[in-house]
Amino acid sequence: MELLVFRYRLSFRKCALTPRKYLVLLSVVVFGSIGDTMLARGMKDVGAIDVHHLVHVFAALSNPWVIFGIFCLLGFMSSYMTALSFADLTYVLPATALGYVFMALLSRFWLHEHISLQRWAGIALITAGVGLVAGGPSRTEHPPAAVSGPKAAQGQG
Amino acid sequence: MRNLYTWICIFSVVCSAATGDVFIALAMRRIGDLGLFRRKHGFFAMMTRVLSSGALFAGIFFMAMAFFSNLVGLSWADLSLMGPASAALTFVTNAIGAKFFLHENVDKRRWLATLFVCCGVLLLTRS
Repeated sequence: MELLVFRYRLSFRKCALTPRKYLVLLSVVVFGSIGDTMLARGMKDVGAIDVHHLVHVFAALSNPWVIFGIFCLLGFMSSYMTALSFADLTYVLPATALGYVFMALLSRFWLHEHISLQRWAGIALITAGVGLVAGGPSRTEHPPAAVSGPKAAQGQG
Repeated sequence: MRNLYTWICIFSVVCSAATGDVFIALAMRRIGDLGLFRRKHGFFAMMTRVLSSGALFAGIFFMAMAFFSNLVGLSWADLSLMGPASAALTFVTNAIGAKFFLHENVDKRRWLATLFVCCGVLLLTRS
C-alpha cells in the first residue's frame, strides 16, 4: 500500500505542471470562450441558414465578429496543441472546462442571456470536476511502443 | 423540424470533434513537449516537426468539420444550447477515445471529473 502511495506521489511530482503550463491551459480557456462568443454574436447578425443552401455558411466568413472569432479560435488551437503536448487529453479537457463558466458569464454580461439557479449549479459542478482532475497527475507515462500504433504493438507480441 | 436539424448538427459536432481531438492528441504525444522541443532544436525545427505530422492534419480536418457543423448549428440555436450540449457529449466520447485509442490511464478520479463536468454542462443546457 505504501509502495502504491509512493509511486502515485512520484508520478504526480513527475507530471506536476509549471506556472507556464498553467498559463497555456488558461489561454485555452480564454481564447476558446471568447472565440465561441464572437462566433455566436456573428451568427446572430448573419441569421438562420437555409438547410437547402448550406453553402451560405461561407458568407458568414465576411462578418467581422466571425473573422475575429476565427482568429481567437486559431489562438485556442495553438495553445490547445501545446497543452496536449505535455498533458493527457483526459486531463486537458476537464481542466479547460472552466471555459464554459467563462462563456456563461460572457453570455450573461455581454449577450444579456439569463443565468438561472440551475445554471449556477452547473457552473459549480464543472468547477468541482476541474478541481478533481487538476489534483491528479497530468500525464500517463507510456513505454514508447504503446502510442506508436498497432504495428509497433504487433511487433512486441 | 429546426430542433431535429439542431440535434443532427450537435451529433455531427460531437463525432467530428472527438475524432479530431484523438488525432491531435496522438500527433502531439508523438512529437512530445513542444516547449522542450523548441528549447532543444529551435522554433523552425519545432514547426517543421509539427507540420509534418499526418495525424495532426487528420485531426485538423475533423476539427474543421466540427467547426462548420457548429457554425450551421449556431445559426439555428443559441450558443447556450449548442455549446454545452455538444461539449457534454464530446467529454464522454473523448474519455472513451482516450482510453481505447490513446491508452491513457483514465482512473476513477478522471471518470468522476468527466462525469461532474458532463452533468454540469447538461445543467447549463437544461436551464
